[in-house]
Amino acid sequence: MAFEQLGDKLQAIIKKVKGQAKLTEQNMEEMLKEIRISLLEADVNYKVVKEFTSSVKEQAIGQNVLSTLSPGQMILKIIKDELVKLLGEENDALNITGLTGIMMVGLQGSGKTTTSAKIAHLLRKKQNKKPLLVGLDVYRPAAIDQLITLGKSINVDVFYDKESKDVVDIANRALAYAREKGYDLIIYDTAGRLHIDESLMQELKDVSLAVKPKEVLLVVDAMSGQDSVNVAKEFNDKLRITGLVMSKLDGDARGGAALSIKHLTGIPIKFSGIGEKIEDIEIFYPERMAERILGMGDVLTLIEKAEEAIDEKEAKKTVNKMMSGTFTLDDMLVQMEQINRLGSMKGIMRFIPGMPKVSDEQMEQAQLQLKKTKAVISSMTKEERIHPEILKASRKIRIAKGCGLQASDVNRVINQHEKMKEMMKQMKGMMKNGKNPFGA
Amino acid sequence: MGFFGKLKEKIFGKNNKQSDKYVAALGKSRSNFADKLNALAARYRKVDEDYFDELEEILVEADIGVKIVMEIIEETKKEVRLSNISDPKEINETLVDKMFVYYAKGGDDMDTEIKLNKDGLSVILVVGVNGVGKTTSIAKLANLLKKEGKKVMLVAGDTFRAGAVEQLEIWANRLDVPIIKGKEKEDPSSVYYRGVEEAKKQNMDIVICDSAGRLQTKVNLMNELAKMHRVLGKEVEGAPHEVMLVIDATTGQNGVLQASSFAKATGIDSIILTKMDGTSKGGIILSIREELGIPVKYIGVGEKIDDLIEFDLENYIYGLCSTMEEE
Repeated sequence: MAFEQLGDKLQAIIKKVKGQAKLTEQNMEEMLKEIRISLLEADVNYKVVKEFTSSVKEQAIGQNVLSTLSPGQMILKIIKDELVKLLGEENDALNITGLTGIMMVGLQGSGKTTTSAKIAHLLRKKQNKKPLLVGLDVYRPAAIDQLITLGKSINVDVFYDKESKDVVDIANRALAYAREKGYDLIIYDTAGRLHIDESLMQELKDVSLAVKPKEVLLVVDAMSGQDSVNVAKEFNDKLRITGLVMSKLDGDARGGAALSIKHLTGIPIKFSGIGEKIEDIEIFYPERMAERILGMGDVLTLIEKAEEAIDEKEAKKTVNKMMSGTFTLDDMLVQMEQINRLGSMKGIMRFIPGMPKVSDEQMEQAQLQLKKTKAVISSMTKEERIHPEILKASRKIRIAKGCGLQASDVNRVINQHEKMKEMMKQMKGMMKNGKNPFGA
Repeated sequence: MGFFGKLKEKIFGKNNKQSDKYVAALGKSRSNFADKLNALAARYRKVDEDYFDELEEILVEADIGVKIVMEIIEETKKEVRLSNISDPKEINETLVDKMFVYYAKGGDDMDTEIKLNKDGLSVILVVGVNGVGKTTSIAKLANLLKKEGKKVMLVAGDTFRAGAVEQLEIWANRLDVPIIKGKEKEDPSSVYYRGVEEAKKQNMDIVICDSAGRLQTKVNLMNELAKMHRVLGKEVEGAPHEVMLVIDATTGQNGVLQASSFAKATGIDSIILTKMDGTSKGGIILSIREELGIPVKYIGVGEKIDDLIEFDLENYIYGLCSTMEEE
């Protein structure tokens, strides 16, 4: 795979600098180098990386290391805090009081049309706006059709004129139409264009002057590379961009463009596109983005979370039970719930550096199984949980009915319990022979 | 003549018929590599670490992966030491050499010909993530093949995105080539089946299949694509004869993950690098070449129907290196 996990590498370095009381140029050097590579691999702009790492270094040198953290963890903390700060401190709410125009702009294929429909849907639902979508992409074949279809699917009206190529005129007419019909949110979906295309950029300027949108949102593909800052700068110079939308964040791109553009232009990031469905848009979370760009699960947070969640006494009790061979279905449930308390499986996996990539689908599958198991065990009587061997067909059917699942699900839980119990026995055997049950 | 020149002659041996067009099309990204590197050379009287830092910046900002950049710079440094080069100007050629070799060693196929079925119907499958320009590239490719005298049919297999079928249909009408359309939300495999059947009936030379854009992390959609690929294989032996992955030149490091996932699902024979008329350099194709050996065959340089040209490594590398900012 192209990217090694930053977390793993950092862990190794952290071990080396363990036990030093102060952050110094020497003990930070190797870490900063890794961080630098990782940021570049996340498509953070070269100049931004340079600036960023040197400002982190400046801040960190001489700082006393908190007693609970190693120098490595300390610097990670500084870096993450700094990233979050950079990604969005101010209040980034959209300005949508009264009749509001939002103009969507961006390169070809960045996701403007889909995002337009998503925002219309979102603001109608959350802010009670009455939206009108306006098709201003008169260039790409069938772009207007795409907007019409999307509009229909969410019951939002679309203003368009397939006969005209005069987008300023269409925009003007749309605005008049909206005023007349009582719409209070107009979303102008413009054609994708290159930032260096003078005449098309002028066209956007003209539209903007004509209808004076309160918000001009630049849609940026999360997968875009180093050049995204040039794109954003150009659009901003010509149009005064009021916010960014990061699209396609549901993929595995790390989205360094977000940081680069925010840092170099100051334009706030307002939304993230997280899927192809209309609801798949959310307010931008700087915290999540920072972790994503660093490409590491937040090891610190995991440690904190795990300490809170796992009741040590409870854990000891379970281990003792396992070893004594009286591992009941109840014990299994307790164990599972402890894991559950750590957050969703997906959340946990994300926290663990070096964890193999697991797809969303697989993740959901695992989560679902866990839920089912819980439901099955909860539908059993006390006696059944302690002595699962009494479970015969009629009981199984009752349990299945009780939890709304199939008898096969009940069997699966019983089998799982059997296997775990078997494993415990083997472990016990190994312990007796003086072997470490966890290998090596 | 440097190593670069010699290698170029050896590999390309032919005259590049499109080179004039290439120069014109890549005006924005190509331009004055020499000028800019010379400007850099002028500011540095001798080759030192700062000099290499600036070189590194030029390469990284072209979206060439940071590891490859570090390797190329390392190689160049070595060369500088061995040959005792102290004049920055001499480094330029060395650098271009290194990059050229880097791409060349990624695989033997420097050819830009599309693989076609010699005795019968050829099938081309076009895949990629959302918004890279698959449909437009297909129209352009159909135009090229039609000009070569081939009978081309399009199959609109993107039944998911609103307006996608209409988009391809408009192009088909403009080009006057037949098109088989999928109905809304129809299983794309069944659209392909109908398309290929129809192409056989009408005695077509080439069928080009469009597919819905999909992020490479969507397991279900990637499985669907693998199935579409299999259906084509059942219909015509050896089909699809060429699977083309469309990559947007603005793509950053995620491009490698895109290529490897799509390669797993359908195999990838070549890349169409789109949107090269902007200021992006598409340096990610070097990483893709290194990791997966996939060659680029075409680049898209505009929105017009004939804005698709054969990939030319030499021109590309010169274009790639022209990011240097004047100070």
